[in-house]
Order: sequence, then C-alpha cells, then structure tokens
Amino acid sequence: MSTATFKIWRGDAKAGGFEDYSTEVAEGMVVLDAVHDIQAKQANDLACRWNCKAGKCGSCSAEVNGMPKLMCMTRMSDLALDKPITIEPIKAFPLVKDLITDVSWNFQVKKKIKKFKPRAPDAADGTWRMAQEDIDRVQEFRKCIECFLCQDVCHVLRDHRKHDEFIGPRFLIYVAALEMHPLDTEDRIPELKATQGIGYCNITKCCTKVCPENIQITDNAIIPLKERVVDQFYDPLGWIWRKLKKNR
Amino acid sequence: MADYQTFQHDVLVIGAGGAGLRAAIEASAAGVSVGLVCKSLLGKAHTVMAEGGIAAALGNVDDRDNWKVHFADTMRGGQYVNQWRMAELHAKEAPDRVRELEAWGAVFDRTKDGRILQRNFGGHRYPRLAHVGDRTGLEMIRTLQDHGIHQGIEVYMEHTILALLKEGERVVGAFGYERERGRFKIFRAKAIVLATGGLGRAYKITSNSWESTGDGLSLAYDAGAELIDMEFIQFHPTGMIWPPSVVGILVTEGVRGEGGILTNNEGKRFMFEQIPENYRTQTADNAEEGWRYCQGDKNARRPPELLTRDHVARCIVREIKEGRGTPHGGVYLDIAWIKEKMSNSAEHIKRKLPSMYHQFKQLADIDITEQPMEVGPTTHYAMGGIHVDADTQMSRIPGLFAAGECAAGINGANRLGGNSLSDIVVFGKRAGEYAAKFAKENSLGQIDQGKIDLAASEAVAPFERAAGENPYSVQRDLREAMQDLVGIVRTESEMKTALEKLKGFWERANRAGVIGHREFNPGWHTALDLKTLLTVSEAITLAALERKESRGAQFRDDYPDKDDQFAKVNTMISKAADGSMQIRLDPLPEMPDYLKQVIEEMK
Repeated sequence: MSTATFKIWRGDAKAGGFEDYSTEVAEGMVVLDAVHDIQAKQANDLACRWNCKAGKCGSCSAEVNGMPKLMCMTRMSDLALDKPITIEPIKAFPLVKDLITDVSWNFQVKKKIKKFKPRAPDAADGTWRMAQEDIDRVQEFRKCIECFLCQDVCHVLRDHRKHDEFIGPRFLIYVAALEMHPLDTEDRIPELKATQGIGYCNITKCCTKVCPENIQITDNAIIPLKERVVDQFYDPLGWIWRKLKKNR
Repeated sequence: MADYQTFQHDVLVIGAGGAGLRAAIEASAAGVSVGLVCKSLLGKAHTVMAEGGIAAALGNVDDRDNWKVHFADTMRGGQYVNQWRMAELHAKEAPDRVRELEAWGAVFDRTKDGRILQRNFGGHRYPRLAHVGDRTGLEMIRTLQDHGIHQGIEVYMEHTILALLKEGERVVGAFGYERERGRFKIFRAKAIVLATGGLGRAYKITSNSWESTGDGLSLAYDAGAELIDMEFIQFHPTGMIWPPSVVGILVTEGVRGEGGILTNNEGKRFMFEQIPENYRTQTADNAEEGWRYCQGDKNARRPPELLTRDHVARCIVREIKEGRGTPHGGVYLDIAWIKEKMSNSAEHIKRKLPSMYHQFKQLADIDITEQPMEVGPTTHYAMGGIHVDADTQMSRIPGLFAAGECAAGINGANRLGGNSLSDIVVFGKRAGEYAAKFAKENSLGQIDQGKIDLAASEAVAPFERAAGENPYSVQRDLREAMQDLVGIVRTESEMKTALEKLKGFWERANRAGVIGHREFNPGWHTALDLKTLLTVSEAITLAALERKESRGAQFRDDYPDKDDQFAKVNTMISKAADGSMQIRLDPLPEMPDYLKQVIEEMK
C-alpha cells in the first residue's frame, strides 16, 4: 500500500490556507475516499459535500490539482502520487468553509427561467406521443446532475463575475432542454438575449470538457440556442416579416 | 432561554426527495403555505440515485397488465404482511402519478408507437417499469424539483431537524439547525409531513448516502408515533464489491431486466436451482425461455434472476458461503453474454444501462459489454417505518404525516424493485393533500420552550467534550456490529449480543466530542446523527428478535421456515412512558373479499 499526501484548502471567507494531510492508498480508491478518511481520523470538522459516491448526484465538486472534478469519480490511480495532491473548493461561487461554496445563486437563476408548458394532450386519455429519436437530444441534456463544474470553469462567471448578466452553461442547457422538448410551447428566446446573456459565451468549450456526464454542452445546446436567438432577432427577412405582421 | 429565529408555515415537509417534493407540491397546490426542509442541497436526495424505473400498470408494453396484477404482485412479493389498503391505493394510483410526471416535463424512454416504455423487473409479472435508461430517479427528482420551485414553496436547504414539537397530543412544529452557520431554528406549522427516507447508514455495506440515518423514524418515535415492520431490511442482491472503495454501490436490477444472468465461479446459472413454490408457475425452467421473456415474448415466463430481491440475495449468500463465490467474495452478474444473441449488444447495453457502463468503467476498470461484473448484497431499503393511516398517511399523532421510505406498510416483508419510486409519488401526494386539509382545519399551536431549550443544550453538548469519543469511530463500530449481527442471516444469540453492544454505543455516543466550531462541521453533524442511527438500530434488532420465523427479507437461521403464527401480524414499536422501547405484535387488518378474490385470480 502506498501513501498519498494532500494539500487541502481549510478556512472560510475571512481567512484560510492549504493544510497538509496524508493517507494510505487502497486499490480502486477515489479522492473522496481520501477526504473521508482524513475527515474521520485527522480532521473531523473538514467540510465537504457528498451523497451518492457514484457520480449521480453532483454534490462533491472540487478542484483536484487545479481541475474541476467530482471527487467521487476521480481515481487516485490517475493522479501522480510523488507530489502532494491539491484539493480546493470551486471558484465561481462564494466560499463558505473548506471545500464548501455557496451555490444558492444557481437555484435563484433556475427559478427565473420560464417553466415547462406542454401542448394539449395528443390522446383522449390525456397522454402524449413522442418518438424516441425526437427526445434523444433532450434526454442528453436531462442527464445533468447539477454539479456546477461547468459554471465553475466558465470564464464569464469564474473570472469576469458576470453572475448578474449571464446564467452560465448549466442553465443554457436547461433552457435548451425546455426549448427542444417536443411538447413544450413556451418561448424563452427573448430572455436568452435580453437578460440571460447568451452572447457572453464565446464557445471556448471549457464547460463541455469538464462535464462528468459528457453532455455536449456547447455543440448541442449553446450553439443551437445562439442560432435561435439570431433567427429571431437578427434575421432581416424575419424581422421585416414580423414587422409587417404586427402592423396588419 | 435563548431566542431562536422562527419560521411559520401551514405545512412543513421534512425531506426533499421524491416523497417530500410531491407532498410539498400537493400541499401548496391546495393553497396553503409550505416549508420544505432538506438535509442536503435541493435535488441531491436519495431519489436521485434510483436507477431502474417506476412501477405502474400503464399496460403500454403488455396490455394484460392492470392494477389488479400489480396489487397481487406487490402482496405476493411482500409475503402478504403488507397493509393491503396501501398496496391497493398504490397499484390503482401509480399510473396517474406517472402520467402527471410527464405533464410536468419528465421525458421517459418511448415505445415504438410513442408511448412511455416499460421494462421487466423482479417480481413484476409484466413489463411495468417506466424508465429513463438507468437514471430514472434523477429524471423524477429533477421533474418534481423544477415543477416545485414555481409553486411558491419555501425551501430550507442544508437544514437538519432535531426534534418535533408538540402541544398536548398534536404536533405543532419542529426544531433544528442550519449547517452553514450552525444556528438553531424553530419551524411552527399546523401539520408536518415526514419524508426523510431510509436508514441504510446503520449498516456497514450499503447503497445509501450519509443522509440515510433514519431521522424521520427517530423523530416520530420520540414524539410518540409507532414504527411497524422494522425487521424487514432489504438487502439488494447486486451491489458492487470490488474495488474496496466502491463496496455497496448499487447495480440496478435493470441489468437483469435486460437479460443479465447470475453465475458462480463454476460458470453455473445457480438461480435455476431453487425456485420458491409460490413463484414456480411464473418462472422459466430453462435459459432459452428466460431470454425470450426478456425479449418481450408474451408466452415465456420470467428468468429466475428476476425473482424477488429477498430470494435472490439469499441465493447469492448461499453460493458464496458454499465456496462458489468469485475471487472478491461475490458472484458474477453477466450482461455481456447477450452478444451471443444480438450483433449490436455493446451499443444496446450502453443505451439501456448507460450509468452502469460508466460506473464500472470508471470505478472498477470493467467494461460490462465485454466482462461480467462481480456483485454481492448491499443494504438498500427499509420496508419498515412510521405506521400511518393508508388513505391519509397520518400517524397516530394528530398533524404528523409520513410518506415514502420513512413510512411503512405498502411493502410488507419485501419490496419489489420499482415500487419505491411509485410509492413516493402516490403517497407523497396523499400526505400533502391530507396535511393541507389538516392545516386548514387547525390553527397554529403553542411552542414548548422547555423542549427547545433541552434539545438545544443536548445538541451543543459535544462541543464541551472536545477530547471525547470520535463520533466517526462510534458510527463505524455501530455499522459493523449491525452488519455482522443483524444482517441477512440472523439468529437469536447474535441479536441479543447486538442489543448489548447497542447499549455500549449509546454510552459512547453520549461521550462523543467535537472539535472546531458550529459552522459547517461534519464531525458535529455525525455526532448528532448517532442518536437517530442508534434508535433505528435498536428497533430493527428488537423487531427481528420478535419475529421468530423467516419471511421475506427476514431470514432467521434458528427459525428457517415461515410460521403461520406470524402470517397475519406486524411488529409494532413504540416508546414507553419510562423512555424504553416497547414491542408488540399487531394483527393485520382483515382484507376485504374483493381483494382476496383478486389475489385468488392472480395465483
């Protein structure tokens, strides 16, 4: 059994720094196991979030050696053990304590997005008919486990702190899942442009790269949404047509 | 006397998994103000981990299915000690609850004609589980969450409730703390719904997260409610067993629903060897027929891998005990074999079981489209819990309701896979509806300051013992003891030892100390959760001792057979005036003739 050393960020918004810990490494171990071991034996008050330990709940987001990761899905065997492994909280949100950040902004943003509004049922018994191929794309977006790693890595939020003007990749795919839902009748495109800041995204694809669910955030959600914004607001023929229709 | 921040709602829901969310949605739709307290962030509750599907007799894949078949399957699976009225309501109302999820935006996998697809699962006669690959729970919790946030529900994330507050017999509020700052809070309410889920953390090997410490059961018990069927703990047959860091993580029954088989180290499909009498006529007697069933052949009977979870778990334990286990002490679960039957099997498996593929690939270096998985039983679900009225979900304490895993009665001695996701929406809705009604008919009660002061001083006591017992060590030892002494195979002598050990753990818990301050301190949270874990552990052990027979999930080595004496009774646990835990046997309500007839017809 080998030993791993860690530098784990300890502290709160007022003060803090990295502290050193070490643990034994067992076969198949993930970073979250190491954090739990340290918590149970060396630092009972070390704060971290977790639930499922299987990549399904998106609670244990952190930055491992500087990369945004789910700690439960990051194998120790994939990390170099000859130097200390750093674990620190995600950066796009205010720090609470140790590895915990205040992610409540995300919940407020979601609340402002118009809810699902289905068309009238297709069948007399109140049910709908949808073909599997028509929902494949929406199902891809609905795999999102809300770990907020995409928000963390997005420079518009992380570096430019545009939280008041931009909803971030997580909620762009949320809007995309609603807009591309075959039953939905709502129009969310005007807000995307006006208040949700889709124009801020310059498709660097960092969000796609860190998504633990491998959702093609940029290609499958954000770019098509940008196209819809363009169609609705910048297509001259469409603009004239709507103008004429309105005046009639 | 300290002054704590106080919040006020008509209905307070404790727990925000599927049952809590559904209850909150229903109550707020009835026009009352609703508070929703959750231990984690919203959307992270245990429902998110449910995989295989939600059971509802929609009849989309096999039109022979209807509520009567579902009812009979549920009762048979529960060995007929279920509360029949709950099983009846569940079977009748589950289809509407599934359709409602679709109306709220859920996107289930589809049949060829565009309806909701249903898959096979253990103990269900026909393909009955609406699903989304193997991430059905995520789809459900997200749908309920995204619908709920527009209903004006006040959500209190990362809060834990420590005590229920009563005025006379009636519940009038709850007292707890927020994790972030560690501050105490008072919630006044006219009615309370407990939806706190399970208690798997009482065992060493479990599929449950840190949250599942039996909070609701312990709160209700302390407040004077009864706990029923506590001996029936479901050990899911297929948890991961290797590498050590993933032990206990769930492998969905959907693997077997899609044709996966169980084999031992001799390559033998051992499930054919022992088929229980009451399932004999429904079970395939050869591999070919089993495969045809999984492919939708209506004339074929289901493979023995799809027998009920209690039985499959015991067969696995037998294979391991008798030396036919795998190198890491489990059995093989093989879905890769279907490549013999279909040319695009790898793609098919990845599409039907995407998160299983991902989970094994990433955590165990196993490609399930090529290699078998190693699996063994893992503590998964509590059939027992708070005794409630079947129709209203109210406990014997006026104003205190319970729904989902923390409530009990629908599952009897063993739960069928898929019935929990339907349970939470069927009875979550009912609990919300009747809690709102109760709130409209009653006013706010008086808060008992003495009780609050006592709970607060107990809660901060660990800080005065910084050099005390490490709470994590107490929890670890408790979980080991429950695993070893009150696990899948039970005997009187071991369980008596367990009761003795529990006394020692109570003493150690009372000595537990915490370092640091109250702001987001997991050591403190762990120390506080010890009390609920110990309460439910004691209840499980007492109930398992009392039921001197083997039935469903309860297997007694010293009483290996079913006993008619216990065929029509439930164990019932309550707190005596002197604070001790009392147990009695309670006769099952008599089933009406029309339901007896349904069971007879379905035999």
